[in-house]
Amino acid sequence: MKLKQLSLFLENRPGQLVQAAQALKEAGVNILTLSLADTEQFGILRLIVSDWEKGKRALEAHQCVVNAADVAALEVSDRPGGLAEILGIIEECGINIEYMYAFTFGRDGKAILIFRFEEVDEAIAKLQARNVNVIGSVELFELSGGR
Amino acid sequence: MTNLASIKAGTGGGFHPASAPDYLPDAQLRDLQTQRLKRIVKQAYDNVALYRRRMEELNVTPDDIHSIDDVVKLPFTNKSDLRDNYPFGLFAAPMNEIVRVHASSGTTGKPTVVAYTREDIDVWSNSMVRAFACYGMHSGDIIQNAYGYGLFTGGLGAHYGGEALGATVIPISGGNTDRQIMIMKDFSVTAICCTPSYFLHVLERAQEMGVDIHDLPLRAGVFGAEPWTESMRDRIEAMSGIKAYDIYGLSEIIGPGVGAECQAQDGLHLFEDHFYPEIVNPETGEPCQPGEEGELVLTTLSKMAMPMLRYRTHDITCIYPETCSCGRGIRRIRRIGRRSDDMFIIRGVNVFPSQVETALLAVEETMPHYQIILDREKGLDRMEVQVEVTADVFSDKVRALEGLQNKLAKSLEHTLGIHANVRLVEPHTIERSQGKARRVIDRREM
Repeated sequence: MKLKQLSLFLENRPGQLVQAAQALKEAGVNILTLSLADTEQFGILRLIVSDWEKGKRALEAHQCVVNAADVAALEVSDRPGGLAEILGIIEECGINIEYMYAFTFGRDGKAILIFRFEEVDEAIAKLQARNVNVIGSVELFELSGGR
Repeated sequence: MTNLASIKAGTGGGFHPASAPDYLPDAQLRDLQTQRLKRIVKQAYDNVALYRRRMEELNVTPDDIHSIDDVVKLPFTNKSDLRDNYPFGLFAAPMNEIVRVHASSGTTGKPTVVAYTREDIDVWSNSMVRAFACYGMHSGDIIQNAYGYGLFTGGLGAHYGGEALGATVIPISGGNTDRQIMIMKDFSVTAICCTPSYFLHVLERAQEMGVDIHDLPLRAGVFGAEPWTESMRDRIEAMSGIKAYDIYGLSEIIGPGVGAECQAQDGLHLFEDHFYPEIVNPETGEPCQPGEEGELVLTTLSKMAMPMLRYRTHDITCIYPETCSCGRGIRRIRRIGRRSDDMFIIRGVNVFPSQVETALLAVEETMPHYQIILDREKGLDRMEVQVEVTADVFSDKVRALEGLQNKLAKSLEHTLGIHANVRLVEPHTIERSQGKARRVIDRREM
């Protein structure tokens, strides 16, 4: 049920994102969501794409440094308190969050969040035991409208 | 007791007897140089296997040296010769005549070792006296010697010179800036010896502490061990009201005191009766035209423990053809702004790019692409090492990358003894020329 996320190293200077976006465009790989972490000196672009292997190859061909990591997509209620609820469950399960970000789309009053856990398999098992809906890649791709 | 105004003006001193050779008529200076060259070439040839072999290869013997101009018949000596003959292979005197050794600041690999007989120490102290005299210093001066004491030649060189001048020497060594400022004030210091960048740091700290150097008796700074500029001199002089003087030296030749600016502050006089200068084309080794820029090559005419024949300093300069307004006959070189090899000097420390490489590889064996950027901010040298990120070390976690940066910075500091910023950059962004990266970008204004 885990997903592959691609990460890219970016220097903090103008025009850096364009190259990566261009590479994915040429390969016909769609970006489902993304998040950018930046520090004073560098940035890390994190992407969930329609075909991560193809995306990784395309980015590497453009001389990008790419890392593929396992993340979990969790469904949460799209209402006030929805985030607090899932974070409460995660905390009760004793799971550490490295970082998280959101999808732009959801369904039936539900939103989808991406979580990077240290031990993703263990975390998914614990969360499923608490009836949290963990979304797989196929489902996610359909949700995004099959783009 | 002299009053502040006369101390500031540097009056009350006079001619120091040690400075006599500075004023020798040209013919007499050349005679002295010839006489000394003959003696030192014999010393080198008779006692050092390397020199004998090199001279034999060139078909030269000490008997071929008839005048100082014959220096060009001699083989060149390089820094690598010192390393290859580590530790004592170039010593020309028996150990019971050698009273002191010093060694380079190189912290990786083998340092370069230099040696002195008692006579050599006197030559050195004497040269430092002549340097101090050039700056208008004299007996009665109180010298704060903030050069590092130890294997580095700076500390002890200035110390012995100061004592021989008849001045009072405070052997405070480097570091502990607050204490430096306190001592400077409380001990009525009139001259300070340190690197120019460290003195700027002292000035900035003094301002923070509410101490105005203008109000102190301090009047001269003896600044060396790293390249610096006219604009830096202007800054120092404006901020402190002292005269900032350049000093030149290198341990292979003797240490500080090979050359010094006079009060005209227009080039550095070389004490050429002991250290004979040539300017050569750094590529070919051929002599340059008078006044032309090239690499400074020095021959020690007096040093018995470890003579240096035509030592390639890698310092780029020229010899001024005109005589100086101060009346000294000994020639001047332009202040050193750059070097012909890839070594650079930052905050008084000699750094080779290979040391940076070693430090980086010690952390992560898969990060071969790096570049060193040297910059100067508010007069202080800064070093940044840019390292290309590779897939092996890249992580999607900010924490992991920052951890890597810190580890690299620590390794650099451990290896070089100075702090360097580490910046991770994207792959293939460091310029490569003919497959080889340009390792050092020096943006300091020279």
